[in-house]
Amino acid sequence: MVQLALPKNSRVQKGRHHPAPAGATKVKTFKVYRYDPETSENPRWDTYDVDVDACGPMVLDVLIHIKNTMDPTLAFRRSCREGVCGSCAMNVGGRNTLACTHGHTETPGADCQISPLPSMPVLKDLIPDLSHFYAQYASIEPWLHTTSPEPQGEWLQSPEDREKIDGLYECILCACCTTSCPSYWWNGEKYLGPATLLHAYRWLIDSRDEATGDRLDALEDPFKLYRCHTIMNCAQVCPKGLNPAKAIAEVKKMLADRIV
Amino acid sequence: MASYRTPLGRARGLGAAHHGASHWLAERVSAIALVPLVLWAIFGVLRLATLDYQGAVLWVSSPLNAVLLVLLTATAYWHMHAGMRVIVEDYIHKTLTKAVLLMLNLSVSVLVGVLAIFSILKVALGGAL
Repeated sequence: MVQLALPKNSRVQKGRHHPAPAGATKVKTFKVYRYDPETSENPRWDTYDVDVDACGPMVLDVLIHIKNTMDPTLAFRRSCREGVCGSCAMNVGGRNTLACTHGHTETPGADCQISPLPSMPVLKDLIPDLSHFYAQYASIEPWLHTTSPEPQGEWLQSPEDREKIDGLYECILCACCTTSCPSYWWNGEKYLGPATLLHAYRWLIDSRDEATGDRLDALEDPFKLYRCHTIMNCAQVCPKGLNPAKAIAEVKKMLADRIV
Repeated sequence: MASYRTPLGRARGLGAAHHGASHWLAERVSAIALVPLVLWAIFGVLRLATLDYQGAVLWVSSPLNAVLLVLLTATAYWHMHAGMRVIVEDYIHKTLTKAVLLMLNLSVSVLVGVLAIFSILKVALGGAL
């Protein structure tokens, strides 16, 4: 059966409180999920009273400010700080997003709660283990498959065919969509999830690819593909504004096209 | 116990079952078929409410009504079975529990569905007069 309560050693407990420094002008409280695998302690919610006048407007700015000035033990991933790399995907105020492009004032309420992407094993603090997610992406063989002899130059594609992969190639694999999907929460072991399926469609619809049938064969499965019940959380949270649910629907239509 | 399986091996799992498309299509086709059938059934129930026992039996005995009733029942039970199956597959992960629930779903749907169809036919073919 579905597990509705967290196991005893995963229950999140009340953590430490870090007060605002003296002379702070505008204080906002951030509640951050903390977990340290080195200790046998349960995860906990630490609260930080941050002087938001002293840091930038984005959630990532706040986290960097906390790490630099309040608590150097806080661990999180970040790299490009402009929504291109997908490293800082996390759950802010109950919604998956990129910390670097999400302003802390965008989340309603006086406090702001920050936790790692849901349903993934947590390595430390805000860092989830995404190995299974990346392996699922690798399993759809996300590269051009051809059997025709290599052309002299590049594989040609008309501008119209190129347009078909707009809204798909922009995906940065941040995992916001996949980890927001209830179907993925219950069946993530077998269900490929919205991000991987969006990429699968990106290769299915690429006019240069010659393995469309093989790709469809590999997707036609009650669990790998058909666990998508068009819940639409994926489209709602995508920080790049893409629509994985629509891509999945297109894959289902292609499979239906093969039989009728 | 630590697992030394590679992430790719785990992600590929048992591979694709190579089915699901026809089941998905049948779910949609049955849903679309149920729209006119249910609208007709609502009309039928309103009509039946104005009739006495004799009139009701006569209504069911008319070939068109009997056939539509059988089709409605068969489609509805098939659709119900398909929907329940998806719910079990979504939420139940223990092999034995899942197998038992899937068989229970199948047997209840078939038993009740066939009972209903048999009863319609019995009335339609004159067994109830």
